[in-house]
Amino acid sequence: MAHFDPNARPFSNKWMNERLAVDTLKRVLSTEYWIPKNINFLWAMGMVLAATFGVLLISGIFLLMYYIPDTKLAFDSVNYTIMSEVGYGWLWRHVHGVAASVVFLIIYIHMLTGIYYGSYKKGRELIWISGMLLFVSFSAEAFSGYMLPWGQMSYWAGMVITNLFSLGSLEFNGLVEWIRGDYVPGQAFLGRFFMLHVLLMPLIIIGLIVLHFGTLRMPHVNNKDGEEYDFDAEAEKWKAGKRKESKVIPFNPVFLSKDVFVLGIYFILFFYLVFYHFEFAMDPVNFDPADPLKTPTHIYPEWYFLWSYEILRPFSKDIGLIWFGFAQVIFMLLPFLDRSPNVAPANRRRPFRCWFWILVVDMIVLTIMGKLPPTDPTFALIGKVAAYTFIGLWIALPFITMKEKLVGGKK
Amino acid sequence: MSDRRDFMGMALGAFTGLGALGALYAAKRTWDPLPSIKAAGFTTIDVSKAEENVLYTEMWRGKPIFVLKLSKDAKPSDAPNGNNANAYDDKRLITINGHKFFIAIGLCTHLGCIPAYFPEEHKFKCACHGGEFNMAGEVLKSPPPSPLVIPPFTIEGQKLVLGESGPEYKKLLAAGVVA
Repeated sequence: MAHFDPNARPFSNKWMNERLAVDTLKRVLSTEYWIPKNINFLWAMGMVLAATFGVLLISGIFLLMYYIPDTKLAFDSVNYTIMSEVGYGWLWRHVHGVAASVVFLIIYIHMLTGIYYGSYKKGRELIWISGMLLFVSFSAEAFSGYMLPWGQMSYWAGMVITNLFSLGSLEFNGLVEWIRGDYVPGQAFLGRFFMLHVLLMPLIIIGLIVLHFGTLRMPHVNNKDGEEYDFDAEAEKWKAGKRKESKVIPFNPVFLSKDVFVLGIYFILFFYLVFYHFEFAMDPVNFDPADPLKTPTHIYPEWYFLWSYEILRPFSKDIGLIWFGFAQVIFMLLPFLDRSPNVAPANRRRPFRCWFWILVVDMIVLTIMGKLPPTDPTFALIGKVAAYTFIGLWIALPFITMKEKLVGGKK
Repeated sequence: MSDRRDFMGMALGAFTGLGALGALYAAKRTWDPLPSIKAAGFTTIDVSKAEENVLYTEMWRGKPIFVLKLSKDAKPSDAPNGNNANAYDDKRLITINGHKFFIAIGLCTHLGCIPAYFPEEHKFKCACHGGEFNMAGEVLKSPPPSPLVIPPFTIEGQKLVLGESGPEYKKLLAAGVVA
């Protein structure tokens, strides 16, 4: 039953509570959302990602004011208007470019942290799956954004990636032309990828971030030992003033203050890159305007797509596509492929420990090989072996985890 | 009471379903290539001044078109059809005014990069993923799964008109060497 105190001062705490339940909201969403104490700086990566997404959104808003999604004008609107005419236009562009690259580095750290500590099972499956959906959406967002400056890499990456949808020998050329709205990437293509980049994908990403946070609520975040807590009991201890005894801390202000410290370190590095090393996020080939009659001598994606690109490249078209598709979905299935009951850091799970580190090294090798031209037979061979290793690792995962012995939590 | 509510629910569901289908169809059609893009599309190429073993690249429907006049001694190395002796006999070549020509859409059938022509080797090589084609557009080295695509054409004297299926194109089509 609604009761409104006629004497409450407008916008006073009481007045707001009666209308918006602000105290309840604050309690449920922050001051009584519990985080384990037994964590390290890797647990701050989620907030680092959220902050980086915010930076992308803000810098994107400023770029959007001068960018022109027209094949004849796009290149100059970025490289001339924004870069040299708009006051501090260069700042937004470099912030946007560096953040788009760095966000994938943090995503990979965030993912590998989850894999290492087993934070994808026993109630945390949906956290993992919604996170992987975010990875896919960020990939689509990065790709569509890469089209916008309409340089040589934009054009030819657009050509190559949309051609994947012909699905090899199935020859779905009609589908490719439908996606492009033309026989080749042109005005229709630029227009729709512009829409995807500035509206539809960001909306999907924001929705998925909310879902991702929501999936954390019931199982809570994992801890360094994969120990199962009675969060209610631990929370009661904290609230009763037994803060030393309690295994948990409230999200706000205790955990958040640690988050903000890590964010501070992160942003020092981030702005160092923005101001002194932005060029790593700016491919020189993309400073040539798109030319449909000239392929650059060597086409490669941005660094964060190289590992999956290298799984596509060494094989014939159809086989390459199959393995490429495999690489795109297989991480999503991790909670169901890991058959072991253990939620524990990888260093305590014997065969899995090797599996994890081989995976990390293999993905680094794939990334390096993916950047090299396809002509050198030695590197092509290393790439092929690394691609087979990646596939083999995932096929082996259910078998090596099935036999795993039960390990205790903290000894 | 509940029957009436069920009926309202089903009626609402049916109408929304129909509306959603209609909206999906409209969305699909919005993404289709525009009529102006589909209609644009006959390119005439004059080949009378073409020199032997020099690759000419023209544009048709936004795609690069390779035009290559073969020299009499052209020998594509390792032709997949065993046709090592002389590229001149390849079925995929067309004759204009007594000269053999190779024409094709200049996009690799793997993922659509433009292969470069190496005249001294008589080969096309793709820089993206390492595919190679001979002078008749046949695959010498994977990953491309199929030969370079020959676009519909018709021959008018010393001119090629792209976008129209002439008798020579239909002959290639019948021989199964076009795609």
